[in-house]
Amino acid sequence: MDLFFSLALQIIYGVANLALISLGLAIVFGMMRVINLAHGEFLMLGGYTVVVATNNGVNIWFAMLVLAPLVVGIIGLIVERCLIQWLYGRMIDTLLATWGLSLLFIGIITSIFGASTTTVISPPLGVVKIGEYTSSGYELFLILVVIALLILVYLTLRLTSLGLVARATMQNADMAACLGISTSRIYMLTFSLGAAVSGLAGGLLAPMTGVLPNIGVIYIAKAFITVISGGVAILAGTTSASILLGGVNGVISYVTGPTFGEVALLFTAIILLRLMPTGITGRFFRKSQ
Amino acid sequence: MRLYGTFNGTLVTAGLAIIFTLLAPSIFQFFTIITLTQVIGLSILTLSLALVWGFGGVLCFGQSAFFGIGAYAYSVAAVNFGGSTGAIFVAIFVAAAFAIILGYFVFFGRVSDVYLAVITLTVSLILYSLMRRTSGPEYKIGSALLGGFNGTGSPPLNMPGNASAMLFPMQTFYVSMAFLIVAYVFSGWLITTKFGRVCISIRENEVRTSLLGYDTRLYKIGIFGISAGIAGLGGVLFCVGVTRVTPDVFSLGQSALAIIWVIVGGRATLIGPVLATFVLYFLTASLGSQQLLNANLVLGSILVVFVLLVPNGVVPTFSKLFEKRRAKRYSRLKEHRIKMRKHRSA
Repeated sequence: MDLFFSLALQIIYGVANLALISLGLAIVFGMMRVINLAHGEFLMLGGYTVVVATNNGVNIWFAMLVLAPLVVGIIGLIVERCLIQWLYGRMIDTLLATWGLSLLFIGIITSIFGASTTTVISPPLGVVKIGEYTSSGYELFLILVVIALLILVYLTLRLTSLGLVARATMQNADMAACLGISTSRIYMLTFSLGAAVSGLAGGLLAPMTGVLPNIGVIYIAKAFITVISGGVAILAGTTSASILLGGVNGVISYVTGPTFGEVALLFTAIILLRLMPTGITGRFFRKSQ
Repeated sequence: MRLYGTFNGTLVTAGLAIIFTLLAPSIFQFFTIITLTQVIGLSILTLSLALVWGFGGVLCFGQSAFFGIGAYAYSVAAVNFGGSTGAIFVAIFVAAAFAIILGYFVFFGRVSDVYLAVITLTVSLILYSLMRRTSGPEYKIGSALLGGFNGTGSPPLNMPGNASAMLFPMQTFYVSMAFLIVAYVFSGWLITTKFGRVCISIRENEVRTSLLGYDTRLYKIGIFGISAGIAGLGGVLFCVGVTRVTPDVFSLGQSALAIIWVIVGGRATLIGPVLATFVLYFLTASLGSQQLLNANLVLGSILVVFVLLVPNGVVPTFSKLFEKRRAKRYSRLKEHRIKMRKHRSA
């Protein structure tokens, strides 16, 4: 029974982790149909923000929950104004440009901090005992944060006027523009918001993984697969795909070890896309966000 | 005779490449020749991407996955067979077969362009993390250890049928160059065949092509598989040049390099990307030897600048300029002739 709980917790954590690293990408993709290949680097920048801030004496919670999203959000804003806004409607060029951007970020950070791991900050919460098994308290905290984040995004989309305008732009950008909404401003805000969520995710994961200039690579494969399997609906897509893929990854990892967990994840996603080319939300939950 | 964009042009370029091959040993130092063998492998990778992307319209971001699979398949097969000749064919076959299986899922699922790009990239990245974890004696195929992070050794090429007669670096260079020229002429020929023309029309307008009665999915799988086979061949030459293959062939940087080379060289040509590979490789290598600028930084800037300012690449931009100038000169001559005629009749 203890084993069951501890395993279930591991799988739930895997699902939450997947949702956390994908949410920023999903917001940008769902709203703007832009796939941001520099997503991994936004996570990386969030991590670096936290490490640099804590090494300079800032409270780690403040650094993770406030500074990381703020800094990366501003970087996202600059990127959107300087680069992405010229490429709307040219999807492939956007992919290529953001890829160039990702290399650029890796290059800049390597020049500043060097190619090796910068001081690892320890997870600030202790361990939780489940019978004879232990689990990290920080993982539990992350699960709660992800749930809170999903609820927050849902409420923002559902209840605020910004959410209403954003949903209108998502459904039909031309019609929204006709009604006097500045879609270019909405896109700018969305991209910056997506970057901020990525920064938050990167900051929260930094104590678990440490930071490296090219740590983004670890995340992006999983994030892309989750977002594409989920489809265009931001919340329903991310959540359903995270649960499916995270579950598969968790179970296979438990049975065969971590080597084949990711392969199973990819395999599931490819078969899923063969059956539902527009992702889970292209077939189910069509009315959702 | 118009040369640019025709099969005659391809043959002329191939002839120039043969002259280059024969002259290279007397121009370059021995060490450069060894490096050139690796670059030839990479340029075949770029060629395959130019074929599938520029002519098939299939945006494959993970072309280096097939490149890496080719390299690994060659290394494993050559160790097990004890000779390289059969292993080369195994490598090409395995890479192409992998692409066809992947192609079945994505093309028959009618996955859109952008999804396809991301899926292929993801496949490459997953292979990267998979191969990095294969250290330890339990991960082996036949008698070849996969070696995890450090990769596995690649046996050198040998004379067909005689495994003990290994080729010298100079001979390996000649063989690689021959492979490059054959692959280039083959690609140039392929796009002039009916199959190639259908692929080009799919690139231009997939719906219209399928309305004309072609099963576009099969053609796409076809060109995807062929280009993956060529990429596999590139992987073979690359790992022979480096003498080992590591998981880095699957890394994000490797895929990015291939894309950058194709974009800089020009998407709708075959020779542009190949030339861009040679020029940019040596440019990056010389950047790597100094500390001032990080190579990633430079590559990233090149990619961003080219996408924003020169989206067609260098070769098409130049040839367009050239054509325009020729057209202008021609029209000026014509005007002059008309004026003379009027003058004479007056």
